[in-house]
Amino acid sequence: MLITCPYCGPRDVSEFTYQGDGNRERPAPASQNLDAWNEYVYDRLNPAGDHNEVWQHSGGCRSHLRVVRNTLTHEISSVVFARGHVPHRSPSRRGAKA
Amino acid sequence: MAERLSPLEPVLRPGSRGQFENGVGVVLSEIAPGSIIQLAAWPGQEKAIIAAIKKVTGLALPDGAGGGVANGQKAAFGFAPAKFIVVDEAESISEALTKAVSPEVGTVTDLSHGRTAIRISGAKAAWVLAKFFAIDFSLVAFPVGAGRSTVHHDIFAQIQRSAPDQFDVYVFRSFARSFWHALCRASEEVGYEVR
Repeated sequence: MLITCPYCGPRDVSEFTYQGDGNRERPAPASQNLDAWNEYVYDRLNPAGDHNEVWQHSGGCRSHLRVVRNTLTHEISSVVFARGHVPHRSPSRRGAKA
Repeated sequence: MAERLSPLEPVLRPGSRGQFENGVGVVLSEIAPGSIIQLAAWPGQEKAIIAAIKKVTGLALPDGAGGGVANGQKAAFGFAPAKFIVVDEAESISEALTKAVSPEVGTVTDLSHGRTAIRISGAKAAWVLAKFFAIDFSLVAFPVGAGRSTVHHDIFAQIQRSAPDQFDVYVFRSFARSFWHALCRASEEVGYEVR
């Protein structure tokens, strides 16, 4: 799997570190909304298809990246710097139910 | 400034080794520049940092990711967004850069004691480095002067191509001896000379 870093160009996945689901939103540190914390910590979409993810090019320029990866094919359809990009959030499972 | 000791001193033995009967494929050496400086720009201040590097060193950095320039005495290259390495034979360049870069523009970090600079040159230099680093070493993808950040297992490396068949590899000094051993082993098949 290759990820095309916006700075370094195409690099092997071994240079990158997965930093988790790009859909979740961390509640404010003082938040006492347990549902929001539960959703942040546990709820995942687990889609079969395109998935918003956060990666770091830890073995290269060390930039944090927003990546859209297809979980079925590993095809990567979008890579942008995390800085300056408002994440595109999919509705969470809990949110979809409500 | 405190006297600098090379981590390669116990293992760097000049001479030719490996399969060098038909000539050496690569020449390995430690270049030990006087200064290795990292500059980082705050968001939107990249141009000001590039201007400061030009003012102090005379090196005009080209625009673009990983762009760099090397002239034998001095070198500079980008290795990450808004981050640059400047290398100089002189030891005093850190002070000049600190004066030229105000705190509103960015930061200057003297890494002279923190990095070890290893030069690998010769017809087989790209061949040997390609065993370590999964990057494209062709002249088209990696032109002369350009810099690249990459990693060999846990050994982080910044690489500048300082001539068509010459690369300067900057590694953490604590990893330098281990990397040197690996580099020598990888160079045995093409024959290498340590200078």
